[in-house]
Amino acid sequence: MKVNGVNHPSPADARRLLSDHLRHELGLTGTHVGCEHGVCGCCTVLLDGAPVRSCLMLAVQAEGHDVTTIEGLARDDQALHPVQQAFHECHGLQCGFCTPGFVMSVVGLLAQHPSPSPQQIDEGIAGNLCRCTGYASIRRAVQRAAELSPSPHRGEGRGEGET
Amino acid sequence: MTTRWFGAPVQRVEDDRLLRGHGRFTDDINETGQRALECCFVRSAYAHARIRSIDASAAREMPAVVAVYTAADLPFGGLDLPLLIPHPNLTHGRTQRCLASEIVRYAGEAVAFVVATDRYVAEDAAELVSIDYEPLPVVITPEAAARADHLVHDDVPGNVAAEMLQEVGDVDAAMKSAARRKQLRFRYERGAASPMEARAVWATWSAEEHKLTVYDSTQSPTSIRGGLAVLFGLPESSVEVIAPDVGGGFGPKIMLFYPDELLVPFAAMQLGRAVKWTEDRQEHFTAVNQERGQVHEVEVGFDDDGRVVALSDDFVHDGGAYTPYGIILPIITAGQVPGPYRIPNYRVRFRDVYTNATPTSPYRGAGRPHACFVMERTLDSIASELGLDRAEVRRRNLIQPDQFPYEVGVAWQDGNTVVYDSGDYPRLLERALEMLGPKPAGDNVGMGLGIYVEGTGVGPYEGAHVQVLVSGKVVAATGIPSQGQAHATVWAQVVADELGVDVSDVEVSSGDTRRFSWGVGTFASRGAVTAGNAMHVAARMVATRAKQIAAEQLEANPDDLELVGGRVRVKGSPDRGIPLAAVAVLSNPVRYAFGGGTEAATQFASKPRPGPPLHEGEQPGLEATGYYSPPGSTWASGCHAAYVRVEPKTFRLEILKYVVVHDCGRVINPLVLQGQIEGGVAQGIGGAFYERLAYDADGQLRNASFMEFLIPYATEIPPIEIDHFETPSPLNPLGVKGAGEAGVIPVGAVIGSAIEEALGVPITEMPLSPLKLYELSMLKK
Repeated sequence: MKVNGVNHPSPADARRLLSDHLRHELGLTGTHVGCEHGVCGCCTVLLDGAPVRSCLMLAVQAEGHDVTTIEGLARDDQALHPVQQAFHECHGLQCGFCTPGFVMSVVGLLAQHPSPSPQQIDEGIAGNLCRCTGYASIRRAVQRAAELSPSPHRGEGRGEGET
Repeated sequence: MTTRWFGAPVQRVEDDRLLRGHGRFTDDINETGQRALECCFVRSAYAHARIRSIDASAAREMPAVVAVYTAADLPFGGLDLPLLIPHPNLTHGRTQRCLASEIVRYAGEAVAFVVATDRYVAEDAAELVSIDYEPLPVVITPEAAARADHLVHDDVPGNVAAEMLQEVGDVDAAMKSAARRKQLRFRYERGAASPMEARAVWATWSAEEHKLTVYDSTQSPTSIRGGLAVLFGLPESSVEVIAPDVGGGFGPKIMLFYPDELLVPFAAMQLGRAVKWTEDRQEHFTAVNQERGQVHEVEVGFDDDGRVVALSDDFVHDGGAYTPYGIILPIITAGQVPGPYRIPNYRVRFRDVYTNATPTSPYRGAGRPHACFVMERTLDSIASELGLDRAEVRRRNLIQPDQFPYEVGVAWQDGNTVVYDSGDYPRLLERALEMLGPKPAGDNVGMGLGIYVEGTGVGPYEGAHVQVLVSGKVVAATGIPSQGQAHATVWAQVVADELGVDVSDVEVSSGDTRRFSWGVGTFASRGAVTAGNAMHVAARMVATRAKQIAAEQLEANPDDLELVGGRVRVKGSPDRGIPLAAVAVLSNPVRYAFGGGTEAATQFASKPRPGPPLHEGEQPGLEATGYYSPPGSTWASGCHAAYVRVEPKTFRLEILKYVVVHDCGRVINPLVLQGQIEGGVAQGIGGAFYERLAYDADGQLRNASFMEFLIPYATEIPPIEIDHFETPSPLNPLGVKGAGEAGVIPVGAVIGSAIEEALGVPITEMPLSPLKLYELSMLKK
């Protein structure tokens, strides 16, 4: 399993969830667990570039795949990823618990729809629950992220042509 | 005072680490570097049952299980947990024990606690704990509790924990002489705060240092520390409690104690290992306090112009199985029913009754959404009877701006009576109507309106420590933690203004008893008022001290100095000044210099002055600790209005427009405030139409998951238009009022009113749902 570009050994425990594996075996605690039944979206990571809920996958199912977590978006010594930057500028987070999941979902959304319409934004983030913001600032952040993102054809390079 | 930062939309300083995935929530803690033992509760499957026996032997024998605790294994197993806020009217207060051993009184009550090397193993072992229950009759609704066919506690007659009657004026006489009278009944069901991070506790005990360190996703680490010290017989200096990043709170994360808050530290001390427990979502639904269940019987007397002359409200409050939080909730409701209106004769009685459900304690709004629903729906009913416009009826009853301070005359949660300090309620209403604009065309469209007041910033106090470091940077700390309210940003703004530094030069710590050990907690929309003013007080003390020290160096009068741009300088002569960093150096007469300007403060270098290096009453360091204790609550207010459309076949709700006009005194940071309001309204919309705790007759919560307890996604929440007025609070130096709960308070009243008009069916209860609207429409036919 490759996580944020680094190869890791196979998970030892066959029944361990990908979310628990990332958090407690690999120490990548930026992926949060809010419900463990696939509704809240806090645990969203990218699997080969597409958003998935890491609480609904076993870690062993991710073997042979590329996993990107929130820690993999921008190196610590580098500027924030455009989606992270947009959340900051638009006050798109309060407690910050749902935030990594939202950011990963929005990265996936913008890969598919680089200039999303308001309806595409709502649908794109409608797999993530936030209890603090009321979503208004998150909607603004998605729009801002689209502005900040490099041209899609030079950008993430994922999901082009998909609808 | 300069106001460079106060009032500015400063972007949050907390964001970077949270956005990079470097937040530190309790389940992320790994302070010892050694993997913590992990735990799982065995919780009651019954809402009411006698425990015949508990057999944990199979669980204890499982490999990798370290310990299984039942009440019999705990030195404090026979103790009732604290009753936090006793009250003379709470004649039959009852609290649960850490682990139940005789009777369980709600499904989800903790019975046993398993500690293992791994959570997966702990969950396996928990399934092996065998408990033999004898089911007992269940009391689940407030109405059933009041009928008292069955008792939740054998020794509490009528299931009544508390009863309280208050009267202002002469209600009977006024009611008798009123031109018109109406009797109304309103019902509000329980709701759940549901922060995205469930609860968690991590603890470690250092035998060498004789020190207990606890990380807790609590809203009140200082109180947890005090309680743990008493329970474990430790000096408070041996207990540190830290609320690290907390993933939302909204009220129920303040409770002394949830069983885990004792069991995790206890296990850590017993086992000599770091121990952690992280709640899962399912148990959060039943183990964490809920709120809002009330049934109100109202009689209102009014004249032909729609003016209320008398109001009588007799309500039952669903307290749940225990009363750990006293009767704060019904006291708040009783105090808030009159809202922004002149009610010359007001009588309110409540009974706080026990039910076989999760205990209740404040959830954002805390007694107010139900109070607002009762008053606003009553005014709508008057308008309907008289054929008057709903806004006009409100206009005729609103307290006027020249009537402050306005005394309602009933009890308030801080022990005072309800006295509104300032506001302009008619202006809120007119502005909201202006923003709302004309009604959209189409069928099944309705308008809703709600005005509210909110007692905020209750005492007793908060404190703050502010220090200028020799680098010129400023550190500040307060005891109350943040659950997303941007404390580190807004308090940096307050401090930066007093010290004349850049906001990015102020680093704020909150909710860590190692940094500040006194305080109360983050609740009741009180952070900005209490801790914000404490920051202001402490920073001002530091500024005064800085001027004293600089005055000696500059040979100037301290009164002629100002703190600007990181310097202390002479007013009118900006070139005559010294850096604040240098003042910090000079504040500490040292023997050894470590560079960075420190040589200026050694015994041979500093400017000589008579007497000892530290004069009597002086202390080294450019720092101060300040406290702020409010004389009483300061009252925020607001008006919400909306247009909704209800789809007549599916009863789907569409919110066409939602406007908020809000007045919380002086605004520290409009970005942060906007987020608080938007989030509050969304939570209100969830509570009004989507979220319902579906308890069955056996006291089982049938929808304890996000699959079936429907927190709104973005697709359910419309854009919210917000305007702010500032009526400064006369009660505190900053002129601020609280804002955390405001957004949620009137939403039920507004949505209910709008749906009533849209569908033409009477709305007297919360929450609603498509199914409920279908049922009401069938009744109408």
